[in-house]
Amino acid sequence: MLARIQVASPVRRGQAMEVRLLIQHPMETGFRYEFSGTSIAKNVIHSMSAEYGGRVVFRARMGSGVAANPLLQFWVRPDQSGDIRVVWEDDQGVKGQVSARIEVLPA
Amino acid sequence: MLACVGWASTPARAQAPPANLDWAQLYGPFTGGSNPTSERVRVVTPRLADNGLSVPLAVRVDSPMTEGDHVRRVVLLSNRNPRPVIAEFELGPWSAKAEVATRVRLNGSQEVMALVQTSDGRWWRGTAEVEVTESACMDAS
Repeated sequence: MLARIQVASPVRRGQAMEVRLLIQHPMETGFRYEFSGTSIAKNVIHSMSAEYGGRVVFRARMGSGVAANPLLQFWVRPDQSGDIRVVWEDDQGVKGQVSARIEVLPA
Repeated sequence: MLACVGWASTPARAQAPPANLDWAQLYGPFTGGSNPTSERVRVVTPRLADNGLSVPLAVRVDSPMTEGDHVRRVVLLSNRNPRPVIAEFELGPWSAKAEVATRVRLNGSQEVMALVQTSDGRWWRGTAEVEVTESACMDAS
Protein backbone atom coordinates (compact mmCIF):
# COMPACT_ATOMS: atom_id res chain seq x y z
CA MET A 1 0.00 0.00 0.00
CA LEU A 2 1.30 3.38 -0.96
CA ALA A 3 1.59 5.88 1.82
CA ARG A 4 3.27 9.13 2.58
CA ILE A 5 4.36 10.49 5.90
CA GLN A 6 5.53 14.01 6.52
CA VAL A 7 7.26 15.28 9.64
CA ALA A 8 8.54 18.76 10.36
CA SER A 9 12.04 17.43 11.03
CA PRO A 10 14.51 18.62 12.23
CA VAL A 11 12.87 19.93 15.35
CA ARG A 12 14.16 21.48 18.59
CA ARG A 13 13.86 19.25 21.64
CA GLY A 14 10.58 19.77 23.44
CA GLN A 15 8.89 21.52 20.57
CA ALA A 16 5.58 20.30 19.20
CA MET A 17 5.84 18.66 15.81
CA GLU A 18 3.08 17.83 13.41
CA VAL A 19 2.92 14.45 11.69
CA ARG A 20 0.91 14.08 8.53
CA LEU A 21 0.05 10.72 7.11
CA LEU A 22 -1.66 9.92 3.84
CA ILE A 23 -2.45 6.34 2.88
CA GLN A 24 -3.67 5.26 -0.52
CA HIS A 25 -6.74 3.16 0.16
CA PRO A 26 -10.30 3.10 -1.25
CA MET A 27 -11.92 2.83 2.22
CA GLU A 28 -14.70 0.81 0.61
CA THR A 29 -17.92 1.37 2.55
CA GLY A 30 -19.70 -1.87 1.73
CA PHE A 31 -22.70 0.11 0.52
CA ARG A 32 -21.68 0.27 -3.10
CA TYR A 33 -22.59 -2.09 -5.92
CA GLU A 34 -20.88 -3.30 -9.06
CA PHE A 35 -22.63 -2.70 -12.38
CA SER A 36 -23.64 -6.34 -12.25
CA GLY A 37 -25.53 -5.69 -9.04
CA THR A 38 -23.22 -7.57 -6.69
CA SER A 39 -22.30 -5.68 -3.60
CA ILE A 40 -18.72 -4.54 -3.05
CA ALA A 41 -17.46 -5.82 0.28
CA LYS A 42 -16.59 -3.34 3.00
CA ASN A 43 -12.88 -2.81 3.20
CA VAL A 44 -11.53 0.01 5.32
CA ILE A 45 -8.34 0.56 7.26
CA HIS A 46 -9.82 -0.25 10.65
CA SER A 47 -6.83 0.51 12.79
CA MET A 48 -3.61 2.41 12.62
CA SER A 49 -0.97 3.18 15.19
CA ALA A 50 2.15 5.30 15.30
CA GLU A 51 5.15 4.32 17.37
CA TYR A 52 7.99 6.60 18.32
CA GLY A 53 10.61 6.43 21.03
CA GLY A 54 9.43 3.03 22.23
CA ARG A 55 5.81 3.92 22.81
CA VAL A 56 2.61 4.22 20.84
CA VAL A 57 2.07 7.94 20.42
CA PHE A 58 -1.10 7.88 18.37
CA ARG A 59 -3.72 5.30 17.62
CA ALA A 60 -6.75 5.50 15.35
CA ARG A 61 -9.71 3.26 14.79
CA MET A 62 -11.62 4.10 11.69
CA GLY A 63 -14.85 3.15 10.00
CA SER A 64 -16.36 3.81 6.61
CA GLY A 65 -16.95 7.42 7.65
CA VAL A 66 -13.34 8.27 6.92
CA ALA A 67 -12.81 9.46 3.37
CA ALA A 68 -10.95 7.41 0.80
CA ASN A 69 -7.17 7.82 0.94
CA PRO A 70 -7.28 8.63 4.64
CA LEU A 71 -5.35 11.64 5.83
CA LEU A 72 -4.38 11.84 9.48
CA GLN A 73 -2.69 14.74 11.17
CA PHE A 74 -1.51 14.61 14.75
CA TRP A 75 1.20 16.03 16.99
CA VAL A 76 4.11 14.68 18.96
CA ARG A 77 6.76 16.27 21.16
CA PRO A 78 10.05 14.62 20.15
CA ASP A 79 12.70 14.33 22.83
CA GLN A 80 15.25 12.23 20.99
CA SER A 81 16.17 11.51 17.40
CA GLY A 82 14.59 8.37 16.06
CA ASP A 83 12.13 6.88 13.64
CA ILE A 84 8.40 7.30 13.82
CA ARG A 85 6.86 4.13 12.48
CA VAL A 86 3.23 3.89 11.45
CA VAL A 87 1.47 0.58 10.87
CA TRP A 88 -2.08 -0.14 9.79
CA GLU A 89 -4.34 -2.95 8.70
CA ASP A 90 -7.47 -3.13 6.59
CA ASP A 91 -10.50 -5.43 6.72
CA GLN A 92 -8.90 -7.87 4.28
CA GLY A 93 -5.94 -8.24 6.59
CA VAL A 94 -3.61 -6.31 4.34
CA LYS A 95 -1.03 -4.54 6.44
CA GLY A 96 1.04 -1.55 5.60
CA GLN A 97 3.69 0.52 7.22
CA VAL A 98 5.67 3.66 6.67
CA SER A 99 8.28 5.40 8.71
CA ALA A 100 10.07 8.71 8.86
CA ARG A 101 13.19 9.93 10.57
CA ILE A 102 12.81 12.57 13.25
CA GLU A 103 15.97 14.58 13.84
CA VAL A 104 16.00 16.36 17.18
CA LEU A 105 18.26 19.34 17.75
CA PRO A 106 19.26 20.46 21.23
CA ALA A 107 16.84 23.00 22.63
CA MET B 1 -19.56 10.23 -10.01
CA LEU B 2 -18.50 6.73 -10.83
CA ALA B 3 -18.56 5.70 -7.20
CA CYS B 4 -22.28 6.15 -6.98
CA VAL B 5 -23.66 4.82 -10.23
CA GLY B 6 -24.69 1.51 -8.75
CA TRP B 7 -28.18 2.79 -8.04
CA ALA B 8 -28.99 3.20 -11.74
CA SER B 9 -29.56 -0.47 -12.35
CA THR B 10 -31.48 -1.01 -9.13
CA PRO B 11 -33.66 2.01 -8.38
CA ALA B 12 -35.34 0.13 -5.54
CA ARG B 13 -32.33 0.93 -3.38
CA ALA B 14 -32.91 4.65 -3.59
CA GLN B 15 -34.31 5.65 -0.22
CA ALA B 16 -35.37 8.79 1.54
CA PRO B 17 -32.53 10.19 3.64
CA PRO B 18 -32.64 8.73 7.14
CA ALA B 19 -33.80 10.90 9.99
CA ASN B 20 -31.10 12.37 12.18
CA LEU B 21 -30.13 10.14 15.07
CA ASP B 22 -30.38 11.22 18.65
CA TRP B 23 -27.06 12.44 20.08
CA ALA B 24 -27.65 10.98 23.52
CA GLN B 25 -28.04 7.53 21.98
CA LEU B 26 -24.81 7.96 20.05
CA TYR B 27 -22.54 9.13 22.84
CA GLY B 28 -24.22 7.07 25.54
CA PRO B 29 -22.19 3.90 24.91
CA PHE B 30 -18.96 5.90 25.23
CA THR B 31 -19.78 8.09 28.20
CA GLY B 32 -21.70 5.43 30.08
CA GLY B 33 -24.91 7.40 29.90
CA SER B 34 -23.61 10.68 31.27
CA ASN B 35 -23.89 13.91 29.33
CA PRO B 36 -20.61 15.30 28.02
CA THR B 37 -19.95 18.94 28.86
CA SER B 38 -20.21 21.25 25.90
CA GLU B 39 -16.90 23.02 26.47
CA ARG B 40 -13.21 22.96 25.52
CA VAL B 41 -13.76 21.13 22.22
CA ARG B 42 -13.75 22.88 18.88
CA VAL B 43 -14.61 21.11 15.65
CA VAL B 44 -13.31 22.90 12.60
CA THR B 45 -14.92 22.13 9.26
CA PRO B 46 -15.91 24.21 6.30
CA ARG B 47 -19.43 25.60 6.82
CA LEU B 48 -20.31 24.50 3.31
CA ALA B 49 -18.94 21.29 1.85
CA ASP B 50 -19.51 20.88 -1.85
CA ASN B 51 -18.91 17.19 -1.70
CA GLY B 52 -19.65 14.91 1.22
CA LEU B 53 -17.13 12.32 0.08
CA SER B 54 -14.22 14.17 1.58
CA VAL B 55 -14.78 16.89 4.14
CA PRO B 56 -11.76 18.23 6.02
CA LEU B 57 -12.34 18.07 9.75
CA ALA B 58 -10.12 19.08 12.62
CA VAL B 59 -10.70 18.71 16.33
CA ARG B 60 -8.95 21.12 18.69
CA VAL B 61 -9.22 20.69 22.42
CA ASP B 62 -8.31 23.31 24.98
CA SER B 63 -5.95 21.17 27.04
CA PRO B 64 -2.42 21.70 28.42
CA MET B 65 -1.55 18.08 27.45
CA THR B 66 0.47 17.49 30.62
CA GLU B 67 0.83 14.23 32.50
CA GLY B 68 -1.93 15.29 34.87
CA ASP B 69 -4.35 16.83 32.40
CA HIS B 70 -4.45 15.59 28.87
CA VAL B 71 -6.79 14.30 26.21
CA ARG B 72 -7.05 10.55 26.17
CA ARG B 73 -9.62 9.88 23.51
CA VAL B 74 -11.33 11.66 20.65
CA VAL B 75 -14.40 10.17 18.99
CA LEU B 76 -15.97 11.59 15.84
CA LEU B 77 -19.71 11.09 15.56
CA SER B 78 -22.17 11.78 12.79
CA ASN B 79 -25.90 11.77 13.38
CA ARG B 80 -26.76 11.09 9.78
CA ASN B 81 -24.24 8.57 8.47
CA PRO B 82 -25.28 4.91 8.23
CA ARG B 83 -22.39 4.17 10.60
CA PRO B 84 -22.45 6.98 13.15
CA VAL B 85 -19.01 6.38 14.62
CA ILE B 86 -16.63 7.89 12.09
CA ALA B 87 -13.34 7.37 13.90
CA GLU B 88 -11.70 7.11 17.29
CA PHE B 89 -8.30 8.51 18.18
CA GLU B 90 -6.11 7.91 21.19
CA LEU B 91 -3.73 10.59 22.38
CA GLY B 92 -1.54 11.11 25.40
CA PRO B 93 0.58 13.70 27.17
CA TRP B 94 3.29 13.07 24.56
CA SER B 95 0.96 14.37 21.86
CA ALA B 96 2.06 17.95 22.60
CA LYS B 97 -1.09 19.42 21.13
CA ALA B 98 -4.63 18.19 21.58
CA GLU B 99 -5.31 18.42 17.91
CA VAL B 100 -6.29 15.84 15.30
CA ALA B 101 -7.29 16.35 11.70
CA THR B 102 -8.63 14.04 9.03
CA ARG B 103 -11.10 13.95 6.17
CA VAL B 104 -14.53 12.42 6.60
CA ARG B 105 -17.48 11.26 4.55
CA LEU B 106 -20.80 12.92 5.35
CA ASN B 107 -24.13 11.61 4.20
CA GLY B 108 -25.86 14.95 3.91
CA SER B 109 -26.07 18.20 5.84
CA GLN B 110 -25.73 17.64 9.53
CA GLU B 111 -24.02 18.41 12.77
CA VAL B 112 -20.78 16.56 13.43
CA MET B 113 -19.78 15.94 17.00
CA ALA B 114 -16.38 15.37 18.54
CA LEU B 115 -16.54 13.55 21.83
CA VAL B 116 -13.45 13.95 23.96
CA GLN B 117 -12.33 12.15 27.10
CA THR B 118 -9.71 13.79 29.26
CA SER B 119 -7.29 12.03 31.61
CA ASP B 120 -9.60 12.60 34.60
CA GLY B 121 -12.20 10.45 32.85
CA ARG B 122 -14.59 13.30 32.08
CA TRP B 123 -16.24 13.64 28.69
CA TRP B 124 -16.51 16.81 26.64
CA ARG B 125 -18.10 17.58 23.34
CA GLY B 126 -18.01 20.05 20.51
CA THR B 127 -20.09 20.22 17.38
CA ALA B 128 -19.93 21.79 13.97
CA GLU B 129 -22.69 22.31 11.48
CA VAL B 130 -21.85 21.28 7.93
CA GLU B 131 -23.96 21.98 4.89
CA VAL B 132 -23.32 19.25 2.34
CA THR B 133 -24.55 20.05 -1.16
CA GLU B 134 -23.72 16.65 -2.56
CA SER B 135 -24.10 13.78 -0.17
CA ALA B 136 -21.33 11.20 0.21
CA CYS B 137 -23.21 8.68 -1.89
CA MET B 138 -26.66 8.39 -3.34
CA ASP B 139 -26.86 4.82 -2.14
CA ALA B 140 -25.75 5.88 1.35
CA SER B 141 -22.25 5.57 2.66
